Amino acid sequence: MIALDLTAKSFGATQVLGPMRLRVEPGEVLGISGPSGAGKSTLLRILAGIDRRFEGGLEAPGRRAMVFQSPTLMPWRRVIDNVTIPTGATTAEAAEMLARVGLAGLERRWPGQLSLGQARRVGIARAFVGRPELLILDEPFASLDAERIEDLLALTAALIAETRPAVVLASHAEHELATLATRRARLDGRPARLIEDQRERVRAGS
Amino acid sequence: MSSVARTGLARTARSEVPKPPSLRGLFRVLASLAVLVLLWAGLSALLADPLRAPGPQQVLPALWQGIVSGAILPDLAATLRRVGLSFVLAMAAGTAAGIVLGLMPRLDRWLDPWLTVFNTIPALVTIVLCYLWIGLNESAAIAAVALNKVPLVTLMLREGVRVLDADLAAMAQVYRMGWLARLRHIVLPQLVPHLVSAARAGLALIWKIVLVVEFLGRSDGIGFRLHLDFQVFDITGVLANALAFVAVMLALEALLIAPLAARAARWRTQ
Repeated sequence: MIALDLTAKSFGATQVLGPMRLRVEPGEVLGISGPSGAGKSTLLRILAGIDRRFEGGLEAPGRRAMVFQSPTLMPWRRVIDNVTIPTGATTAEAAEMLARVGLAGLERRWPGQLSLGQARRVGIARAFVGRPELLILDEPFASLDAERIEDLLALTAALIAETRPAVVLASHAEHELATLATRRARLDGRPARLIEDQRERVRAGS
Repeated sequence: MSSVARTGLARTARSEVPKPPSLRGLFRVLASLAVLVLLWAGLSALLADPLRAPGPQQVLPALWQGIVSGAILPDLAATLRRVGLSFVLAMAAGTAAGIVLGLMPRLDRWLDPWLTVFNTIPALVTIVLCYLWIGLNESAAIAAVALNKVPLVTLMLREGVRVLDADLAAMAQVYRMGWLARLRHIVLPQLVPHLVSAARAGLALIWKIVLVVEFLGRSDGIGFRLHLDFQVFDITGVLANALAFVAVMLALEALLIAPLAARAARWRTQ
């Protein structure tokens, strides 16, 4: 479970996020939409524990994982090490998860030898291998073609159903939000507020 | 950073990597050096003054004589030891200072003018001051050489720390990597190109300064031999000693630094 009770988040004199409360239970996927520049990434960085300079309180579990807008791999470490080093997973666990995301046989490659789609899959393997209690997805499928997004969406949905973390997903793509989210909210305004969508949609098994 | 920018980064990094040496490249280097020696021999023959313009036919036997008789070896070893010690000292101090300044922009804004001043002080001034302050001894010699190089290493490493990838730092934070793991897997790999450049530039600078230090205040080393040759107007000796040392330094670069740099960059070349 993650609970954020935010009073304000400012950059210098400019307040970017207004007061907001947010709770996500294990197995829930909160999908956040909103215009570019509204502060989605800022909010996600606060939830992930990257940005601690805000007014308010955050209750978050210890096992966190994040899938970033860019794959954010260590280009000087091989694919398998990119999964084991940040997460502490064993080589066997990492290899199994890489196979699961369709990258069997590519463990010894360097990230620079991967396509963008493959690099994103490494990022997803890294996120799920430690069975996170909190998972942040920040535009995880950006700049992929529709066919690849479909594959990755199905894969991500399956992995979420298995590991049941509390998930916060930020995306511009209605289709991604509709497929993955169990709850929807919109971030908008200046400073931005979080407006929960009341038409709650209940997914099977959650 | 967007994924487009990330791919762009990877691409530039790859194009900057020097190609591995090929047999043809090696042949070209040897042929080029042979032409240089031939030009030297031709010029010396043209001037026909073996005392003031000795050719390779005088210098190479003198060098060979120094090596087989063992006369040059203790001095070569003394100089190499000074190069090694001051190199390690300067790299360690400069890297530490560079990382600190790179991580603390406010401190850096205050100390940046100092760096410019220290970087501008001529090597000769540092050497003379070290000898005057510390004495005509080995510590002064090594300190003088190292001090000359520290500002350069600091500047290069500070630059490396400034451009550290913020996205990777965020990733390390989310996954709660320990500081040692961050240093080893995130920070140092990004600093390697800067460390290699600093090592190369530093080595080239250091071995030139070491000779001056020896010339002015030591009683062994290649610089001391040059001093002796200078006093007896032995140009053949000057060239033989210089040649010996240039050869050793080039070998050090080719056999030690180049392979290390290539190993650190192998993720880019594949």
